Amino acid sequence: MSKGNIHKFYLNEKYIVLDINSGSVHVVDKIVYDILDYYLDHEIDEIIDILANEYPRDMILNAYKEIELLENEDLIFSNDLNTNFEYNKENVIKAMCLHVAHDCNLKCRYCFASQGNFKGQRQLMDLETGMRALDFLVENSGNRKNLEVDFFGGEPLMNFDVVKDLVAYGRKLEKKSNKHFRFTITTNALLLNDENMNFINENMDNVVLSLDGRKSVNDYMRMTLNDGGSYDVIVPKIKEMIERRKDKDYYVRGTFTSKNLDFSKDCLEYYKNGFKNISIEPVVTDPKEDYAIREEHIETILKGYEEFSREYMELRKNDPEFLFFHFMIDLNQGPCAVKKSVGCGAGSEYIAVTPEGDIFPCHQFVGEEEFKLGTLQTGITNTKLRDKFKQANVNTKEKCKTCWAKFYCSGGCHANAYYSNNNILEPHELSCRMEKKRLECAISILANE
Amino acid sequence: MEYIKTLTNKNLKESLAYGGCGECQTSCQSACKTSCTVGNQKCENKKVNKK
Ligand code: SF4
Ligand code: SF4
Repeated sequence: MSKGNIHKFYLNEKYIVLDINSGSVHVVDKIVYDILDYYLDHEIDEIIDILANEYPRDMILNAYKEIELLENEDLIFSNDLNTNFEYNKENVIKAMCLHVAHDCNLKCRYCFASQGNFKGQRQLMDLETGMRALDFLVENSGNRKNLEVDFFGGEPLMNFDVVKDLVAYGRKLEKKSNKHFRFTITTNALLLNDENMNFINENMDNVVLSLDGRKSVNDYMRMTLNDGGSYDVIVPKIKEMIERRKDKDYYVRGTFTSKNLDFSKDCLEYYKNGFKNISIEPVVTDPKEDYAIREEHIETILKGYEEFSREYMELRKNDPEFLFFHFMIDLNQGPCAVKKSVGCGAGSEYIAVTPEGDIFPCHQFVGEEEFKLGTLQTGITNTKLRDKFKQANVNTKEKCKTCWAKFYCSGGCHANAYYSNNNILEPHELSCRMEKKRLECAISILANE
Repeated sequence: MEYIKTLTNKNLKESLAYGGCGECQTSCQSACKTSCTVGNQKCENKKVNKK
């Protein structure tokens, strides 16, 4: 964080100043950018002297006055936000990741689900458990109206009949309880067919389709059960699914590893295939894996994001529909300060439910016994663990307190922190660096549009 | 302003007054499933968005 609670950077031909606590974003001329180096601890006369070789006196005076104006309006050097609110006092749960199938028809090298079975038995969720899960969500949702359920796995299409029945059950339930379910599904696309595509189209608010970009990249990581590549089978299906989606939401989502540090090429490959809502995420894995992202890769990755941000801006000039998840920031209608401080809500507002009916803080913790919160039968019994997650936010994570990105990043991924540092409150340094770069890119894109 | 263009002047602090209603989407459900970025989420508080 720069002095005085601001962060400034130059990217994509723009000088940008973020005011951390007010959330204001300013695109400034270089002169303002330079004055800000001295503004807080120098008098105006001193600044005029320091910058005398670069700018005429009047110009410095005027630029200085503009900074003063912002300061008076609390849009720069704004004081700490008082975020000592009590978050989710009533322990409302509003979102659920429903693991309808702990089984998979691909065996991706990096799968955190250990090839689909999440360190447990291969198992499909039965309908009763699924119904109980939806009931549980409704019962624990307090007065929240919108409830989210993501059908997840393993591969949820391996248990499609249950998915269908659960959607039907959910529709009845929402009438009875005056709630609204937003159903979504995350699939590897292998089993997509006419019937389930129609169903998904009609019933799911979003569908997340997994694919890793270029054929060579995808096929190395996302293997079929007999070690073949999956690309040629799934790409036509993803195309068909998206075709049918029309204006409904979808995402094509991939993972990148140290094997494809040139992941911006994979993003462009998505675009070439006509996939316009995309997301690609750095792999979360044990640093000892050969494809893990390590310190020595990070500079290349950060450059990769910058490179992609330029290509992205070019493409968007003719096609504003092209969207990369991490480059989208809504400065005007974005989340409130509370949401920006607490982030994902895992273990509190958001839970994951396994085929057996066990409850975990989120999909990434499933199968880690010490993270079991309870079961659908008993409800949440490990309230100590829930409270720990509830209190994990940008004010309690030491590193986040002083980080300029805190109100965009919201303290990062607890799972990532746990798997790298064995502590959900200690963010994964490499993820922080990537997140900050993505944010700088996103804001520089806004500044250029 | 000649040297400064402000992209947003909506002060985050104001949102403390109405914030935390919880109607917005859970970030991890939306696309990535492995990271957080909430900056791109939409606020769904009706009172605010009418403004
Ligand atoms: S997780 Fe890292 S990038 Fe995010 S707010 Fe915390 S320190 Fe900053
Ligand atoms: S802990 Fe990480 S993976 Fe889990 S919901 Fe939060 S951001 Fe997503």
